[in-house]
Amino acid sequence: MTDTEESSTGQNPDEHGRVELSAVLLSDEFVASDTPASPLVAEYALWLGDDALVLAQRLGDWITRAPELEEDVALANIALDLLGHARSLLRYAGSASGRTEDDLAYWRDEGDFRSAHLFEQPNGDFAHTIVRQFAASHYLYVLYDRLRASTDPVLAGVAAKAVKEVDYHRDHADQWMLRLALGTDESRRRTLLALEDIWPYVDELFSDDSAPIAGADASEPLFDALEGIAVRPSTLREPFDADIAPVLAEAGLEPPTAFHAAGGGRRGRHSEHLAPLLAELQVLARQHPGASW
Amino acid sequence: MNAEPWPLWEVFVRASRGLSHVHVGSLHAPDEQLALRNARDLYTRRGEGVSIWVVRSDRITASDPDAKDAFFTSPEGKNFRHATYYTAAEGVKHL
Repeated sequence: MTDTEESSTGQNPDEHGRVELSAVLLSDEFVASDTPASPLVAEYALWLGDDALVLAQRLGDWITRAPELEEDVALANIALDLLGHARSLLRYAGSASGRTEDDLAYWRDEGDFRSAHLFEQPNGDFAHTIVRQFAASHYLYVLYDRLRASTDPVLAGVAAKAVKEVDYHRDHADQWMLRLALGTDESRRRTLLALEDIWPYVDELFSDDSAPIAGADASEPLFDALEGIAVRPSTLREPFDADIAPVLAEAGLEPPTAFHAAGGGRRGRHSEHLAPLLAELQVLARQHPGASW
Repeated sequence: MNAEPWPLWEVFVRASRGLSHVHVGSLHAPDEQLALRNARDLYTRRGEGVSIWVVRSDRITASDPDAKDAFFTSPEGKNFRHATYYTAAEGVKHL
């Protein structure tokens, strides 16, 4: 992420050393609105932005470590797409409180992150990463597909761009689910194990529960207040199940349903995996505040 | 890590409608569907194409580099094979 304010002063004489991603990637979604997000919309944007940021960081860890060079590039591409979504959403979320996307990414602590636990689950082996991608991509697809109709022009704009990208992420995960599940005995064994480990975190994605939001009426549930603006998570369960069913059937897989993890990510309660992830994500910005490259 | 490496595929990308597919490079993939997807990630990230072909490299039959004299030097000195060798007859106005 670049610091747009500093770059706009033209202090960096090396134009090739300064890639202004914000100018290139964010313009489309933001031409529609220069109105700051309300505190409630900002909370929702934070949910989506943190999901994308945490998953992007996880996937980035595969770079130079993937099973093959081509898959290395594929996972990195997906991570970069997600990082783009995170930037748009965090910038919008920050507009409610005068903070930048970098403020939100680098200077919030674990308890302020609103990501669901699924996204912070460790990469594990390739099967764990693919099962996590499978759940995440199908969820994000049905979510963004509906969020395109949001009455909030920024959320609708981000969703319209993101849905095309997560559509491809979904396809990538589907392809690998089939190959891992139907490949060798070893790949199937690992896939089944990954399903056992990952699937308990899927339920949280469809919970409408939210933390109390400063400056908002505590008696009104978040998704009642955001009717027409946000997509109520519980309404996504059915389309999600329908979306994954054909792939699971072809792969001969049945996700375990007996056990659900406690969740709580939307209230800032995270598993032990998020803090180390954030430490790595934030260390550079915190040790060298204002650093740019 | 792998018992045997993924096979090699040649990638052809068509830049836009009306143009031919052009060879852009090669990659590894376990099968044709993933070869297409890897090609999409490696060769069309910046809007380079509207269509991709992939073909297993070992399915391509190539001319022998050692036989290039026999294959490719024969046209030398045969400039009558080019249209420009011929002069237009005076009576032909619009050639």
